[in-house]
Amino acid sequence: MSWLLNSSIGRKLIMSVSGFFLVFFLIFHATMNMVAVFSEDAYNTICGLLGANWYAVAGTAVLGGFVAIHFIYALLLTLQNRKARGNANYAVSVRPSGVEWASQNMFVLGIIIVGFMLLHFSQFWYKMMFTELMGHHEVALGTSTVSPKDGAEFVKFYFSHLWVVVAYLIWYVALWFHLSHGIWSAFQTIGTSGKIWLSRWKVIGNIFATVVMLAFAFVTIYFYARSVIDPSTVAMYY
Amino acid sequence: MDKTINIKLKIWRQKGPKYQGAFKDYSLDGVSVDTSFLEMLDILNETLINKGEEPVVFDHDCREGICGMCSLYVNGHPHGPDEDVTTCQLHMRKFKDGETITVEPWRSAGFPVIRDLMVDRRAFDKIIQAGGYVSVNTGGVPDANAIAIPKPIADEAMDAASCIGCGACVAACKNGSAMLFLSAKVSQLALLPQGKVEAATRAKNMVAKMDELGFGACTNTGACEVECPKSISISNIARLNREFLKAKFND
Repeated sequence: MSWLLNSSIGRKLIMSVSGFFLVFFLIFHATMNMVAVFSEDAYNTICGLLGANWYAVAGTAVLGGFVAIHFIYALLLTLQNRKARGNANYAVSVRPSGVEWASQNMFVLGIIIVGFMLLHFSQFWYKMMFTELMGHHEVALGTSTVSPKDGAEFVKFYFSHLWVVVAYLIWYVALWFHLSHGIWSAFQTIGTSGKIWLSRWKVIGNIFATVVMLAFAFVTIYFYARSVIDPSTVAMYY
Repeated sequence: MDKTINIKLKIWRQKGPKYQGAFKDYSLDGVSVDTSFLEMLDILNETLINKGEEPVVFDHDCREGICGMCSLYVNGHPHGPDEDVTTCQLHMRKFKDGETITVEPWRSAGFPVIRDLMVDRRAFDKIIQAGGYVSVNTGGVPDANAIAIPKPIADEAMDAASCIGCGACVAACKNGSAMLFLSAKVSQLALLPQGKVEAATRAKNMVAKMDELGFGACTNTGACEVECPKSISISNIARLNREFLKAKFND
C-alpha cells in the first residue's frame, strides 16, 4: 500500500477520504445544533451523552486525526504542486471563465477554517470536554459559573456577542466555499465521476454545502436574536 | 484592402535553459488582421533579421492545429484568447489596434525553456513510452466488424484521442499537473477492448512516470479543460483515477 503515500493519486485519495469523513461530521454537528433551537434540554442531553465519556474522547481523537491528516496532506501537496509549477510566474495570468474561485484557493480557505476552529475550540471544547477531563465540574462563563455539560448555556452566552456571531458567519462562508469545491472534487478523485455525474456532483455538493451552512448560520443568528429580544436569558453572564 | 492594426509586443527572450530571461518590447505596424499569430511572428522575425538581430525562437510545425507543436502563452491564455484552437489557428483579428500582446513560454518545472518561447516537452514522450500504447503482433488485418464497439463508447474514446499533446493543460494548471494529458491517453485505450488488456499496467506505469518527471497533482480546478484547444473533458481525469485506483487495489 506504499502507493497511497508515494503516488500523486494516492495522496489525493487521502485528501478525498479524509475530506469525506469531515463532511459526515459536519452533518452530525449541524443536526445537533438544530436541536438546540427546538429544545435546550434535548441539546443538553446530547451534550451530557457525549461529555467526557471514553467514546466521545475517542471520537474527538479520531476526528482530530482526520483534521490533521487533511491539513498535513494539503500542506504537502500544495508545496509539491508549487514546486511542479516552477519558480517562474506568468507576467499575465487570467482565471479562465468556468474555473471556480474556490478551486484555486482551497488551501487559503483551509487555513481560514482552521483559524476559526481554534477560536471555536477555545470557547467550547476547552471549557467543556477538556474541563471535564481535567476533573472539574464547574467552569466560569462570563461572570457566572456553569456545568461543563450545560452546552445550551455556552451557546446562549457566546452567541449573545455580536463579534462572535460575525466571526462565525465569516467562518461559515469560508466553509461554504471550501465545500462547494471540495465535495465534487472528492468524488472526482475517487473516480466516481463521469461525463454526466461530474455536473451532478457539482449540484449535489452546492446544495449540500448551502443546506449545512444555512443550518449553522440559522442557529447562530437565532441565539443572537434571542439575546437581543430577551436579554434576561443571558443577563447572569454580564 | 485588408484591415490592418498596429500592435506592441512584449516577448520573453531567453538565450538558453541556464540563462536568465527577460521581456523585450517590440512594435509592429500595419499587420493585416487576416494573418495568423505565427505569421505575425514570422513578420517580426524578418524585420529582426534585416536589422541584424536574433529572431524570436518559437515552436511550430503543421500550422493546421493537429500536430501539437505550437505553444505560446498569449495574454494569460495558453494558445491565446481564442477558444478551442491552437496558437497556429489564432488570427490577428482577435486583437485590437494599439493593443499590447504579452507572449510567454509554457511555464512549468516539467517543461524547461530551451530558448525564448520554445520549451522542452519530451517529458510527454517519456510518459507515452511508459505505457501509452497497445502491444500488438502485426499480422493479418482482422475484419473491422469482428469486435463490435457501441457508438457512444467509440465516440468517447475518439474524443480522448483528439488530444494532440501540446501541453496547454500543464501550462494552464496552477499545479503544473499533466493529468488531463495523461487521462486522455489512458482513456482512449481503456475504453476500447483492445486497450483493456493492458489497462492496469498502463495506468500504473504512466502515473509513476508522470510523478517521477515532477509534474504536480490534480486539484480539479478545471483550468486545463477550459484552455485545452481540443476540449478534452476532465471526466477523463475521473476515469484515470478510477483505472489507477482499481489497478492498485487489485495488486
